[in-house]
Amino acid sequence: MKFERRTRLSSDIPTASMPDIIFMLLIFFMVTTVLREFSGLPVDLPKAVRIEKLKSKNHTSHIWVSKEGLVSIEDKLFNTEDIRHIMYERRSADPQLTVSLKADELSRMELISGIHNELRKADALALNYATLQATD
Amino acid sequence: MAKKKRRFKGGEIPTASMADIAFLLLIFFLVTTTIDMDKGLGIVLPAEGEQVEVSSKNILNCLINSTGQVLLGKDPVKISDISQVVRQKLQENDKLIISVKSHEKTKYKDYIAVIDQLKTANATRISIAETQL
Repeated sequence: MKFERRTRLSSDIPTASMPDIIFMLLIFFMVTTVLREFSGLPVDLPKAVRIEKLKSKNHTSHIWVSKEGLVSIEDKLFNTEDIRHIMYERRSADPQLTVSLKADELSRMELISGIHNELRKADALALNYATLQATD
Repeated sequence: MAKKKRRFKGGEIPTASMADIAFLLLIFFLVTTTIDMDKGLGIVLPAEGEQVEVSSKNILNCLINSTGQVLLGKDPVKISDISQVVRQKLQENDKLIISVKSHEKTKYKDYIAVIDQLKTANATRISIAETQL
């Protein structure tokens, strides 16, 4: 049997389609990147062990509570009694809404409890206490 | 003046550097993308006006005072021991509802630590009572 000797085998990787591949990656990252909508308040989140991920970013609304007792939703400061109005609006716009409470670890429970009550009045019952992962 | 006649050779954009430009953009987006998934302790608040009568033997009161000390039932417990105690009590009575009640001046940190401990003990029925002075 006679084998044909292949001598004209080119050994370099074709680079003509490289820009296409890179562009595809680029478009993927551009589409998936979600720029942070609101800057919120500076808070030191508490740490916890048994934490879970929030299901979806689109169905999440954040409330920031600073250690001075300021409450911020969508970068506007609110009194505790006014939370129910905005949360009620958001809740009726999105029935799957989860509220993520980003409260400072030194904030007081009277304020947190007030927010609980407001959320109950707004019927936004799914709540998530934003925490960091404890190291142990 | 003699003018050189320039032959039009067909206009072409040089594409050799296209990959480099795309790479640069790609790296920019890679660097600026922050995949910060929100994480935390999930809880479902009771609906407004929803009151359920529960027999007192199925309730375990968990009181947190303003300095972060915890009273579980009738005994003071260290925060780090709550999960053990609660797990034991849940084994004895699986209908147990843990009612977390805190003082107005309790730090959020202590409250989260207690909720975390209850979650560690796989307590699913957690009720949050209003704060008290």
